[in-house]
Amino acid sequence: MSQDLTASLQAQVQQAAADRRPLRIVGSDSKAFYGCAGHGDPLAVTDHRGIIHYAPTELVITARAGTPLREIETALAAEQQMLAFEPPYFGPGATLGGTIAAHCSGPRRAYVGAARDFVLGTQLINGQGEVLHFGGEVMKNVAGYDVSRLMAGALGTLGVLLSVSLKVLPHPPAEITLVQTVSDTAALDQLHRWSALPLPVSASCYVDNQLWIRLSGTAGACAAAQALIGGEQVETGQAFWHNLKEQQHPFFEPTLPLWRLSLASNAPPLPLPGRWLYEWGGALRWLHSNASADEIRTHAQRAGGHATLFRGGPRDAVFQPLSPGLWALHRRLKQAFDPHGILNPGRLYPNL
Amino acid sequence: MRSPSPVASIDNAAFIAALQACLPLGAVLSQTEDLRPYECDGLSVYRRLPLAVVLPETVAQVQAVLRLCHQQQVPVVARGAGTGLSGGALPQADGVLLSLAKLQRILAIDPVRRLARVQPGVRNLAISQAVAQYGLYYAPDPSSQIACTIGGNVAENSGGVHCLKYGLTVHNLQQLTIATIDGELLTLGGDGLDAPGYDLLALLTGSEGLLGVVVEVTVKLLPLPACVQVVLAAFDEVAKAGAAVGQIIAAGIIPAGLEMMDKLAIQAAEAFAHAGYPVDAAAILLCELDGSQAEVPEQMQQVQQILTDSGATSIRCAETDAERLAFWKGRKSAFPAVGRLAPDYYCMDGTIPRHRLPTVLQRISDLSKTYGLAVANVFHAGDGNLHPLILFDANQPGELQRAEAFGGEILTLCVEVGGTITGEHGVGMEKIDQMCVQFQAAELSQFHAIKAAFDPDGLLNPGKAVPTLHRCAELGAMHVHQGRLAFPELERF
Repeated sequence: MSQDLTASLQAQVQQAAADRRPLRIVGSDSKAFYGCAGHGDPLAVTDHRGIIHYAPTELVITARAGTPLREIETALAAEQQMLAFEPPYFGPGATLGGTIAAHCSGPRRAYVGAARDFVLGTQLINGQGEVLHFGGEVMKNVAGYDVSRLMAGALGTLGVLLSVSLKVLPHPPAEITLVQTVSDTAALDQLHRWSALPLPVSASCYVDNQLWIRLSGTAGACAAAQALIGGEQVETGQAFWHNLKEQQHPFFEPTLPLWRLSLASNAPPLPLPGRWLYEWGGALRWLHSNASADEIRTHAQRAGGHATLFRGGPRDAVFQPLSPGLWALHRRLKQAFDPHGILNPGRLYPNL
Repeated sequence: MRSPSPVASIDNAAFIAALQACLPLGAVLSQTEDLRPYECDGLSVYRRLPLAVVLPETVAQVQAVLRLCHQQQVPVVARGAGTGLSGGALPQADGVLLSLAKLQRILAIDPVRRLARVQPGVRNLAISQAVAQYGLYYAPDPSSQIACTIGGNVAENSGGVHCLKYGLTVHNLQQLTIATIDGELLTLGGDGLDAPGYDLLALLTGSEGLLGVVVEVTVKLLPLPACVQVVLAAFDEVAKAGAAVGQIIAAGIIPAGLEMMDKLAIQAAEAFAHAGYPVDAAAILLCELDGSQAEVPEQMQQVQQILTDSGATSIRCAETDAERLAFWKGRKSAFPAVGRLAPDYYCMDGTIPRHRLPTVLQRISDLSKTYGLAVANVFHAGDGNLHPLILFDANQPGELQRAEAFGGEILTLCVEVGGTITGEHGVGMEKIDQMCVQFQAAELSQFHAIKAAFDPDGLLNPGKAVPTLHRCAELGAMHVHQGRLAFPELERF
C-alpha cells in the first residue's frame, strides 16, 4: 500500500501553527511508552506510507515515514540486504518515522553504527508548516547543515518526518552465536580484548553470568573467529538476538522501572542495586532498579555517560538533564524549527 | 583591499592591541607580508587578506579571542591547515583569521576503548601513525591526509577512499568540544555511544565553521585489518566499469575502497607515479578488500570473477604490499598528476547516484568540447563521489571564468540526476551559488535559523556555505536572462 498525504499533513500543521495548537505526532504508537508524556492533538501519520524508491545496487532505500518497518525489512530481505542498525520494533506496527524519531538501534549498533549513521536524507514539515528536503539518496553529501541526522532522536520536536532515505547493507552470508559462562568483569575484559582485534563480532550481550557473542561474515571468517573466541555454539542464536532486541528476553519482564545507561564501554560494574544486562560491548547497560533517579544519573555521569528512564516510573523526567549551555542551545534550536512550540511539545524534555 | 579610513585605522589598532593582550608574544599577525600566507586555502583562485591572523596555543586563548571578537562584533574565520578546496577558510577583510595550527597535541590514546582525544590542529595521518603501535588506525583518509587537520576534517565532514565501508568523519567521532562565538565551551557527544538530547555532534560535523570552533576532538579508532588485497581492472568502456561496480555491491561485497579513473586521469597518474596502470584503457577500477585472512581471499575470487564477467580487458591482483601501495599511489597522486597537464586545474566534487555515471560522464565530455577545456575524471565509485578535474590556464584571459562556468554546469548536472553539489569538499565560497540550485528558499531559511541559534550576530565564517535568499533571487534572475552568470569579471563575493 502506498499513499502520499503530504498536502493533508502540511495543511494540518499549518492550521495548528495558525491556532498555536500543539500536535502530538502519532504513528502506530509502538513507542508510546518511550520519552516524556507530551501533549497535543493527535496528528496521525501512518497512512502516509509506501516505499518510494529502493535501489539495491545503490545501497539506498527511501520510504514515507508511515511505512511499516516490516514492509521495509521484507523488501530488503528479498535482496539479501538489511537495515544494519537492526531496529527494534517494540510493536507489530512500528513505522520508519517512529524508528528514526525515537532513534531505535539494536544489537548490531556497537559494531556498524546507529540509525543516525545510516540516515542519508529526510523530507519533513517544520513547525511553520513548510515542507523541507535535506540530504538525499547519495552516500556523501555535505551541502548545508546535516539536518537529516539531527532528526534522529529528536522525538518529533523539530519536525514531522515525511520520508527518510537510508543506507542499507548486504546481509552477511553467515552468522553464528557463541555463549560462555564468565563473571561480569571478565566479560568486559574479554569484550575489549576482542574489539581491539579485527574480528567479525556483530553483537554482544552479558546476562545471567553468560556472555553471548554473534559473529557475522563469510562462513570462513566466522569459523576463524570462533576458534579464537571460544564458547559453545548455540543453534537458537537468532531467537536470542531477536528477543533481546525486542525486549522479550525474560530479563525484560516488567518488575521495577527499566533504566537504559549509555556509558564508557569499559566502566566497571556500577554499584547500583538491581538486575543488569549489558549490550554493545559494555557501552549499553540495562538496569531494573528502584534506586532514585538522582543516584542512577550521578553514577551514569561519573561513568562518562547518561541514563534514560526507558520504561515505567514517572514520565516527566525521562532523559538526563542537559548542562545549562546545551539546554539553552536546545531551546534556541527548537525555536528555529518550531517557533510556536506546536510539535510534540514536552515529549523530549518538559518545556521543549 | 580598500585603504581603511583613519577612524577605522585607530579602531583596528586598538583591536589588534586587545588581541595581543590575550595572546602570547608573536601570536598576532597584522603586517601585510605576515598575512599573505593566510590569504587563501586550497582553492587559491579566491584570495583576501584578513585584518589579523591569530595563532592561539591554548583553548583558553581561543576562548579569549572569540569573546573579544564577539564583544567588538568582528567576524572570525577558523582555519586548520588550509588544505580545503572550497574556499571555506578564505579570510574576511574586516575579520580575524583564527588559526588552530598550534593546538596540535594528541592528548590521550585509549587503546582499550579504541579512542584518541586530540587537539584540532593534529594532522589526520598523525593520528593513525600515533596509534599504529596499538594495532589501530583512524579510518577517514582524505587525499590530503598528510597535511589536513582533524579540526578541518570535522568542519568539512571529510571523506576519503574508504568511506563506503568505514563512513565519513561524522561516523568516526565520539565527542567534540566546541567554543561558541561568545567563548563558552560545549561538549557534544560523550563517553558512551550516544548522548541525551539533540544530535549536535552530527549537526556540527560538516558545518564549515559557521556554528562553532572545534577545540577538541575524540575520534574512534579501528583495528588494523589482518588482510588487505587490491585488484586493478582495466575496461575499454567507462559504462562497463560502472556496471562492474554495481555487480560487486549486488554480490553483497562492500569493498574497503572502490575507485575509478578515466583515460586522461590514468595517463596522467601513470606518467607521474609509474604505478603500472594500463594507459590505453578507457577506465580502470581499483578495488580493495580488507578483513580476516579467512574472508578476503574468498571474496577476492568473487570480485575477480565479477570483473571478468563484466568485460574487464585485464585484471591484476597486487602480489606484494609494495605493488598494492603502488596501485594506490597512482590514485592518491591523481590530482597533482593531472596538475602537470596544464598550468591550472579546477577540482570539482559532486556526488551522483552511481547508475547515472555513464550519462554524467557523457554530458561532461560534451561540455568539455563546448567550453574547449579538457577534463580528467577521478571517481570514488563505491559511493558515487565524482571529481572532475578541469584543466585550464589562468593566464589566458577568460579561461578561469570558463572553467568556473563549466564546473557550475557539472554541479547543476549532479543535482539534476538526483545527486549533490558537494560530496566532501564543502560549499565554502566556491559553491555558494550552486546552493541556490540544490535548495529552495524554505530550506535555506531553515539553515539561517539554525545558524542564528548558534551565532545570532553572524560572526562565524560569514558569507560562506549558505547563500542569502537575496543572492539566490538575483542569481535566478540572471539565469533567466542568459543561462549563465552575467558580468563574470565582477567580484561576486
